[in-house]
Amino acid sequence: MINQTHLLNSVTELMEKACTMLPDDVHAALSRAVQRESESSVARGALETILQSARLSRDRGLPICQDTGVPLVVVRTVPGPTMFAVESAVIEALRRLTKKGLLRQNCVDPVTGRNTGDNIGENVPQIHFLPARGATSIGMMFKGGGSENMSTQYALPHAGLGADRDLDGVRKCVLDAVFQAQGKGCPPGILGVCIGGDRASGHLIAKEALFCRLDETNPSPVLAALEEAVVEQANSLGIGPMGLGGSTTLLGARFTAAGRHPACYFVTVSYSCWATRRACIELDEEGRISRWL
Amino acid sequence: MALTRITSPLSPGTARSLRTGDQVRLSGRIVTARDQVHKYLASGGSPPVDLGGLVIYHCGPVTIRQGDTWRVTAAGPTTSMREEPYEACVIRTYHPGAIMGKGGMGEATRAALQSEGCVYLHLIGGAASFIAGRIVAVEEVHLLEFGRPEAMWVLKVEDLPALVTMDAHGRSLHSDIEHASHEILKRLLNTPFSS
Repeated sequence: MINQTHLLNSVTELMEKACTMLPDDVHAALSRAVQRESESSVARGALETILQSARLSRDRGLPICQDTGVPLVVVRTVPGPTMFAVESAVIEALRRLTKKGLLRQNCVDPVTGRNTGDNIGENVPQIHFLPARGATSIGMMFKGGGSENMSTQYALPHAGLGADRDLDGVRKCVLDAVFQAQGKGCPPGILGVCIGGDRASGHLIAKEALFCRLDETNPSPVLAALEEAVVEQANSLGIGPMGLGGSTTLLGARFTAAGRHPACYFVTVSYSCWATRRACIELDEEGRISRWL
Repeated sequence: MALTRITSPLSPGTARSLRTGDQVRLSGRIVTARDQVHKYLASGGSPPVDLGGLVIYHCGPVTIRQGDTWRVTAAGPTTSMREEPYEACVIRTYHPGAIMGKGGMGEATRAALQSEGCVYLHLIGGAASFIAGRIVAVEEVHLLEFGRPEAMWVLKVEDLPALVTMDAHGRSLHSDIEHASHEILKRLLNTPFSS
């Protein structure tokens, strides 16, 4: 039986960790990138400042980035009352952490232009429930607005890019997305890519691919090879950390596939900044954190 | 690489003395302005503080109110390009000393920097704790009706490292990198991939 107090504490801790602590795989990838950039280069200096700032945030329990992003919550649970309990805990935790000053007031009513002040609004937060057996898990992502603005969707064929309806066409779209973003999405970035799907599912699946760790190999060998090629080619563009030049433009990419209508071939790219903030927990039966995933 | 110390408000001639690629350390009084403030200024709203010579910072900080004072806990730059439709007008009307943000700006801003003797300073995006550590005081806040991230914060900074990426002589590191990367992209698009 879920205890609402335990659950609220668990969700609050999940959000605090996601907002203040850079995932260890992202930290490791940034540390490796420092070694790739030449000594006393602007690129290396930028990466060192990034790592220094992330350490300060972790040690002081402060937000990694002042843009504490838009919350996305993915819940896997046995369908039933736990869903309502998680929904109210998420809303309460967002209000609590906004009041505390950990989360910036990032929800603006688009009709009145007013900031709601508590990160709650029409259709916000987005909480996605997926049916599961056994323990409940909650994935939390705070994705910044600057990188969200760089996310994009292509429909193949694309004459301008010479991109056909095949995996090489996919490669061309993704490289173009990285080129278009330049320094505006806070590179070195991480890409979630969905090949196929529809206009709506493509964006969601691409964004949720950002939950994958950078050191996890894609179960599809074809997509794994494509990821590797795209990351290497994107890094050869010379855009570099913060778009100031250098050989680290991407830290990684995760490609996913979704069945498509015969008439449609979408390639959706979810661009995430270096400050990719995500964390996942599994709950025990009373709503306490049993482990971090 | 040369390191230059500058103080906001910048004295006349300071911006023209800087070149793309110069590293600077900024101290003094700066103001934040992002989307809503830029639209407000460009559509004739009067600035709550005299912007002459000041550094305008594209930033929506995380702020905590402590009694009558404010504390900034995270204050990295936001994407400057969103202010492109307004920035040239702001520069020509109010003559700030520098524009500061991330990601660079476009042709209209580049031309205004050149004609008015202003400069664009680049900070490291997401380095929010590092930058907040160089903010020593929140002096004032105006236009809070735009919401806290969009308000105009008057901040005192000390020894903040920044890179000149667009200067008053028409050069932009961002446009250099965009052109160079476009040439590489074209080659990559013309080379089919086979796994």
